[in-house]
Amino acid sequence: MATLENGKGTTLRYAVGNMLSIFILLLIGVLAFSIRLFSVIKYESVIHEFDPYFNYRVTQILIVSSAINHILKSLNYDLSKHYRGLVAYLLFQFLTKNGIYDFWNWFDDRTWYPLGRVIGGTVYPGLTLTAGSLWRILNSLNIPLSVETVCVFTAPIFSANAAWATYLLTKEVKGTGAGLMAAALLAMVPSYISRSVAGSYDNEAVAIFALIFTFYLYIKTLNTGSLFYATLNALSYFYMVCSWGGYTFIINLIPMHVLLCIVTGRYSSRLYIAYAPLVVLGTLLASLVPVVGFNAVMTSEHFASFLLMVLHMQVFIIIHVVALVYYIKGILSPKMFKVAVTLVVSVGMVVCCAVIAVLAALVASSPTKGWSGRSLSLLDPTYASKYIPIIASVSEHQPPTWPSYFMDINVLAFLVPAGIIACFLPLSDASSFVVLYIVTSVYFSGVMVRLMLVFAPAACILSGIALSEAFDVFTRSIKFQLPGVSGVSHSGAEDTTTGDVVIQNDIVKADKHSSTYKKEDALKERPSKKNRKKEREHLEKASIKTQIEKRLLVLPLEASVISILLLVLLGAFYVVHCVWAAAEAYSAPSIVLTSYSHDGLHVFDDFREAYAWLRHNTEVDDKVASWWDYGYQTTAMANRTVIVDNNTWNNTHIATVGTAMSSPEKAAWEIFNSLDVKYVLVVFGGLVGYSSDDINKFLWMVRIGGGVFPHIKEPDYLRDGQYRIDSEATSTMLNSLMYKLSYYRFVEVDGKGFDRVRRTEIGKKYFKLTHFEEVFTTHHWMVRIYKLKSMKNRIRGKTKKSKSSSKATTTASSKRGGRRKKNPWY
Amino acid sequence: MQDSNKPYETKVIVGGGEKVQQWSVYLIAVVVYMAIVGSFPFNSFLSGVLSCVGTAVLAICLRIQVNKENKEFKDLPPERAFADFVLCNLVLHLVIMNFLG
Repeated sequence: MATLENGKGTTLRYAVGNMLSIFILLLIGVLAFSIRLFSVIKYESVIHEFDPYFNYRVTQILIVSSAINHILKSLNYDLSKHYRGLVAYLLFQFLTKNGIYDFWNWFDDRTWYPLGRVIGGTVYPGLTLTAGSLWRILNSLNIPLSVETVCVFTAPIFSANAAWATYLLTKEVKGTGAGLMAAALLAMVPSYISRSVAGSYDNEAVAIFALIFTFYLYIKTLNTGSLFYATLNALSYFYMVCSWGGYTFIINLIPMHVLLCIVTGRYSSRLYIAYAPLVVLGTLLASLVPVVGFNAVMTSEHFASFLLMVLHMQVFIIIHVVALVYYIKGILSPKMFKVAVTLVVSVGMVVCCAVIAVLAALVASSPTKGWSGRSLSLLDPTYASKYIPIIASVSEHQPPTWPSYFMDINVLAFLVPAGIIACFLPLSDASSFVVLYIVTSVYFSGVMVRLMLVFAPAACILSGIALSEAFDVFTRSIKFQLPGVSGVSHSGAEDTTTGDVVIQNDIVKADKHSSTYKKEDALKERPSKKNRKKEREHLEKASIKTQIEKRLLVLPLEASVISILLLVLLGAFYVVHCVWAAAEAYSAPSIVLTSYSHDGLHVFDDFREAYAWLRHNTEVDDKVASWWDYGYQTTAMANRTVIVDNNTWNNTHIATVGTAMSSPEKAAWEIFNSLDVKYVLVVFGGLVGYSSDDINKFLWMVRIGGGVFPHIKEPDYLRDGQYRIDSEATSTMLNSLMYKLSYYRFVEVDGKGFDRVRRTEIGKKYFKLTHFEEVFTTHHWMVRIYKLKSMKNRIRGKTKKSKSSSKATTTASSKRGGRRKKNPWY
Repeated sequence: MQDSNKPYETKVIVGGGEKVQQWSVYLIAVVVYMAIVGSFPFNSFLSGVLSCVGTAVLAICLRIQVNKENKEFKDLPPERAFADFVLCNLVLHLVIMNFLG
């Protein structure tokens, strides 16, 4: 009787618990989605920043070409019925079955003029394919959303998915309570919000979901040892490889964890099943993605660094050796085993030394010891600033400051150590993995601010574990001490098997003196319930044992209540901070700027104004030169060919543009003319105080240009080690193209030429442009567009032999200028 | 399908080892061929190597799961293990055929 009731009671409780957790998960999904919508509400549904514009353009190509295919296919049917037109047939054959072939084989000639860019081989297709298929599904359900809308809202949808994946992952590590906690934390963590607001259509939006989901499937395979989950794990890893360059984190973390398990004696056959199929399938699948290609098996470009250099291959071999060792151990008798071991070890040592010697010779022969620049800068943070200025110039690649940790993960910063301790009690494969994950991600986040994004999910998982354990202890303390509520013996079963811990929190510091209350009445009740199922009794005995042996630590009632209240308050602070960060700090689309002044809200829409002008007032084939930051936006919104863009794959090309911006007018004209440039675009923030303008970026133009063309020397532009634009500036600086294009006619604004960003008056105020003419300046002077003046047909006076585009024409032109009164270009 | 399970269950240690040896021979053959002819279509070489390695690994996994002496898998029905094995092989060979070029 009692068993039936208890049975029904527990199943009812389980059912209610399940319903509750599903409902909570739904709420978490809605929360994750809606907290990212601030920019859509404050501004409009627009794509942010720079990189997302490129992704948007790629998605358009993917979808539009497939739409054209559909149209043509239907046309072909009609045409073939009536005309059997050869043209239609040929077109149909040319455009193949769906737009994906167009996308895969697309060669982009609108950027990096005159080099172009192979899109199929240099882009991570995961994001665009995901958005494309999402659009296709919605359209087939007759929900006609535009491509831009789908692109804008992809990131919030996938962050909801990422929250659910975090729930699954943490559930595998510690249980449902920790899972729900971690999911709620991830839905709101500002670091992830910063890269996945509505409108931030970038790789990380999808990639973080893929990362967490891959880790979940790996842990699940580790826990269950099922080959089915191993297959799913490999497929999810494939999705991650498609999405982001950060897949190298996965393929290095998992082998490290396997190595850790082997070294700490936790080798089991489940480990083998979790790892070996992943390596084989994962390597194959990764090689399928064109961007990765053979880098999946080789670390660098030359074939000499063979397969074995890659960490996951080495661990693959190691795990086979270990498996073989265990296998043989099971077969042979101990004495035979010892003999076999000594034999194998001695032979193996000799072979190992030979192989290591060969590999060392190969590696030493390569200049960078086989590593690429970006990964080297991860290991040695000062490497990039010394050798590769273009990596050093990107603000995302700088090391983070201490306040940015508190800004990005807030409260989690001090819950993480508590979580680490909770993972050790007890230590399982899954919890050791999570600890390894957080240790490595903390190191890498300290090197590059962009990698805070990889650190955030780990922080959420561990904080979820810590909070859940803390709530566990407190609620149990309250339950044990509330009068009349003594039937708690079986409620503790599913929780106490994970161990009772006392979390050293700042809040709990006052309650460190925890007394061990052995509840005699609770203990007496358990043996009295004799008619239970055997399993339940066994569990009870085990839980009693754990409770007695592990000395159930129950805190005083008042302390528990206050602690719970304080923890809830902590959560409230976190939520408030996250909402504030999402609303104020991370929702700026950066293509539209706002500011509040005494007469209300000002909106600065200058960028779009300039791109629209370019789109409507220039020829389709005109080339526009600007600094590489604006390349993606120019191709996407103005639809004009650019010289350099955000992909920054060709340093020499960027250095050419940088040199042109740093040179005097004539030399710059020569350089731009050789690149067929028609228009030059500069961003200038001096009138309104926009500090990310090109004059502030000028030092990078000089450095990158000087890195390739030695006649640009940085000290020429510095006065007392500083870049200045006022009267103290050097003459090279005042004559450079960037200075002239930024400050042309600037003195007409207020009569004094006061630059609001640099907070000085400019040095050279009245000058004329000889080789460029101003064609457009936006409303707030933020974007200025100039046209290259064409060469005159006849040159007055003595004819000169035309000089080719050599940069050393400055001396010749000064000679010419001295001889003639009038400048031939003006 | 039921019959092929029996040998795996009964000839626990000895029976499956032959299959793995067979694939190791294939693997060596592929590598030797590559050393002779050169690795130009590197993707073909990779897919050849990885298909041998992959099927060997999966066979080992299946044997681990079906092994009666393995305490961790005592409540995994061998049919389920075989089904997983088939699925994984299917995915592996699909990818290999795609990658073969």
